[in-house]
Amino acid sequence: MSGVRTRALEVLAAGPMTTVQDTGRFGHAGLGVGRSGAADAASHALANRLLANPRDAATLETTLGGLRVRARGPVTVAVTGAEAPLRVDGRGAAANTVLHLPDGAELAMGVPERGLRSYLGVRGGVDVPPVLGSRSTDVLAGLGPDLPVPGALLPVGPAPAAPPNTDHAPTAPVGGPEAVLRVVLGPRDDWFTERAVDTLLSGRYEVTPRSDRVGARLSGPVLERARTGELPSEGMVAGSVQVPPGGEPVLFLADHPVTGGYPVVAVVCSEDLPGAAQARPGTRVRFTL
Amino acid sequence: MRFLRCADTGVLVEVADLAEVIALRAALEANPVPGVADVVPAARTLLLRVEPGTDPDAVAEAVTGLPLEPGADQGPGETVTIPVSYDGEDLDDVAELTGLTRRGVVEAHTGAVWTVAFCGFAPGFGYMVGDDPRLHVPRRGEARTRVPAGSVALAGEFTGVYPRSSPGGWQLLGRTDARIWDLDREPPGLLRPGVRVRFTEAEAS
Repeated sequence: MSGVRTRALEVLAAGPMTTVQDTGRFGHAGLGVGRSGAADAASHALANRLLANPRDAATLETTLGGLRVRARGPVTVAVTGAEAPLRVDGRGAAANTVLHLPDGAELAMGVPERGLRSYLGVRGGVDVPPVLGSRSTDVLAGLGPDLPVPGALLPVGPAPAAPPNTDHAPTAPVGGPEAVLRVVLGPRDDWFTERAVDTLLSGRYEVTPRSDRVGARLSGPVLERARTGELPSEGMVAGSVQVPPGGEPVLFLADHPVTGGYPVVAVVCSEDLPGAAQARPGTRVRFTL
Repeated sequence: MRFLRCADTGVLVEVADLAEVIALRAALEANPVPGVADVVPAARTLLLRVEPGTDPDAVAEAVTGLPLEPGADQGPGETVTIPVSYDGEDLDDVAELTGLTRRGVVEAHTGAVWTVAFCGFAPGFGYMVGDDPRLHVPRRGEARTRVPAGSVALAGEFTGVYPRSSPGGWQLLGRTDARIWDLDREPPGLLRPGVRVRFTEAEAS
């Protein structure tokens, strides 16, 4: 089977922001390298599951749709996450479904009505060279594959042995006007007044346009500190609700800094992180215990 | 030792000082704790990122039982020299904060022996601790939106070199052309935990 590795996705349009993502980079935290990876790990995993790919196969993560690709060689794809209207050569196609694209077919993603990030998975995975063990682009660290731009040819890896065993996955709708996120207080809730903690749990926050893969910057009631002084920089996890001196929280997502110097009042539970990653600017955010 | 929860994704271990951070990091490397996917050492803490479904209390218990040997981790033990042009925007502010002259700041910075304690903030950004407490200064009140790559800076008890241009709130002393982070090099980071660093004044070009 020589010379068959010519399958690729040709990028025709990348929309507002498209990156290659997998499950992230592990074991390099000691060099200051963060995990990165798909912001909505659940939708990324679903795309790979539909295609019978290994879970760490790379997909394309788009932001507010707009991605158009052409199949170079026959490819099998699935689109998950924020439900963007899909067209294959002009005909409507369904999300969360295995789609067979013949050589030359064009898949076009519109703008999702709700949610923020959609995932285009391809059987065999997006096979760009990994950097430090991962194909994820970390936009904060400037690590990983280049951003796909029109004209880019993204190689597709060899298809796994197992065929897809389902052609459609029913899923709950992604995104919406309000995101309710479960948190555990801490690690630094003792840096805040009791009232600030109450405010976090009762206040209404909104995702601002100054949000990206690093974090969702929120507007809303400020959280007052109970103590002054500087916190020595410490490790951060995705889901950390960090409070800079201005008092309006930042909710860290996949490309968050490895360490940070402002206190984290609470951390979003891992199960609710995909929901946080799907909160587009203007989404109301409520935190609950 | 204090254990702080980061929801179900991490356990933040708070210890007394940097020496204990270094000892615990070495202990975790020698005796990996089940369920711990990644360790992020920092100034007074180690963040243990745990795999989904790991019981944080079990992790805490395992960590409490680890034998800590002070000075166990001597790191790679190599010394690197970093030439710096001391023309940073914050040199006057640092002089004022330290009570030294501009010249005095440069002499203190080049006179100290620095050791990379841990990395963070950005790939290859080493937090270096020195042996001259006169250079301890707070971060700037307002962070800059863009600090150029190669900037040599101070904050708290640390000095650091920005591997690439990024936002930053440290006090800028100068800049270097040294390649701090290079993916074509193995390992890519010049400033790894344990590496000793001397700064020298670059020849004026």
